[in-house]
Amino acid sequence: MLGFDRLLALVAKDLLIELRSRDVAYSTLVFTLLVLVVFNFAFELRAENLQVLAPGVLWVTFIFAAVLTLGRVFGAERDRGVLEGLLLCPVDRGAIYLGKLLSALILMLVVEAAAVPAFIALFGLNLPLLPLGLVALLGSLGFASVGALFSALAAHTRAREGLLPILLFPISVPVIIATVKATTAVVAGDPWELTLPWLQLLIGFDALFVGISYLVFELVVED
Amino acid sequence: MVPARRKFEWLDLLGILTGLSLMAALYGALVYAPTERIQGPVQRIFYFHVPSAWMAYLAFFVVFVASIAYLWRRSAFWDRLGRASAEIGVVFTTLTIVTGSIWARPIWGTWWTWDARLTTTLILWFIYLAYLAVRAYVPDPNRAARYAAILGIIGFVDVPIIHMSVVWWRTLHPEPVVVRAEGPALEPPMLAALFLGLGAMTLLYVYLLVHRVMVEEVRDDLQLIRQRLGE
Repeated sequence: MLGFDRLLALVAKDLLIELRSRDVAYSTLVFTLLVLVVFNFAFELRAENLQVLAPGVLWVTFIFAAVLTLGRVFGAERDRGVLEGLLLCPVDRGAIYLGKLLSALILMLVVEAAAVPAFIALFGLNLPLLPLGLVALLGSLGFASVGALFSALAAHTRAREGLLPILLFPISVPVIIATVKATTAVVAGDPWELTLPWLQLLIGFDALFVGISYLVFELVVED
Repeated sequence: MVPARRKFEWLDLLGILTGLSLMAALYGALVYAPTERIQGPVQRIFYFHVPSAWMAYLAFFVVFVASIAYLWRRSAFWDRLGRASAEIGVVFTTLTIVTGSIWARPIWGTWWTWDARLTTTLILWFIYLAYLAVRAYVPDPNRAARYAAILGIIGFVDVPIIHMSVVWWRTLHPEPVVVRAEGPALEPPMLAALFLGLGAMTLLYVYLLVHRVMVEEVRDDLQLIRQRLGE
């Protein structure tokens, strides 16, 4: 049985550590802004090409930031032996996974929420915030679902975080495709019927990836 | 000391059989099969391209089965089988992509196109490169086997999902000409050459697989001996 209060305690623990140390959010935020600046030099983003390039620019930025965030969600667990402590706690292994998934997702969304105003201010393209937020939530959830699993796995390898993108990118191709397509539709101001199929697809992928990762996580932290 | 003479084993027989069938497949593809009317001689690469692709899928399916079996039984054999099959699968996937590119250049006028099948194959290649990377980067062998098995399962389950999402995204690769409801759309000699190629590739796969599993077994033994000596 999955205790909801225990899950909340796990998430609160991660967020409290992050709030006190700002290990992840600070560097990821600055990194995100820098990627936007690099994109400006790479594509010379102007009013003419912005609408076409915006979804790609946004998601490459978000995904890079996500890899940085996800790469470190198991940092304390690995470096300070927290994982052993967690495994000794009277909680379900699946709850540990869901806790990590939620805290990673919250961190990712915070960074994304900060990046979007910066994008609007820097490039002067008005983005429909509400639909974009929905796509960002679903896309980030899909990315974080496999990401949290692979992060636990990569933490025990010699390459550490270096292995994470190699594992994460190919597996999450469906999420990337659906997210970018949905964002393109949203940014172009397409009618809702054109966005909806991609969102439904995204919800399906999210459910599938969260489900598989939830089941498999136990095998990753077995010893 | 005079090295003991090795006995002739069934594996040698399999090796000879593989060699002969590969030569037969070459004859079938280059001589026996008629030249395709529109594409000309270039089309003959088909007799290697398609069997390579099928072998790649077979190899990854074996990884999938071996991964499940490993997580269930936890025996070193299944781990070695998965390891061996993944490596060979990556080789066949590389062959598929390379022969496909060589074929696409004169016929489609480009080395590469982001069509659904091509994209899926490329992603498949990346997934199993990651699988091999996990094997290489996890120092503890039991953990490496477990992580790889997890990836072997998730990776294989992910392939149809990736394919579906890429099809929705866009699709130029010709529809399958062999596996379809109305029966094969190939001339009988062409079909014969294809199945010759398929047979030869299957033998090659099995031959390589058996060898790889044996090499892995020896390597594991060696590791164990080293550990004991170190203690």
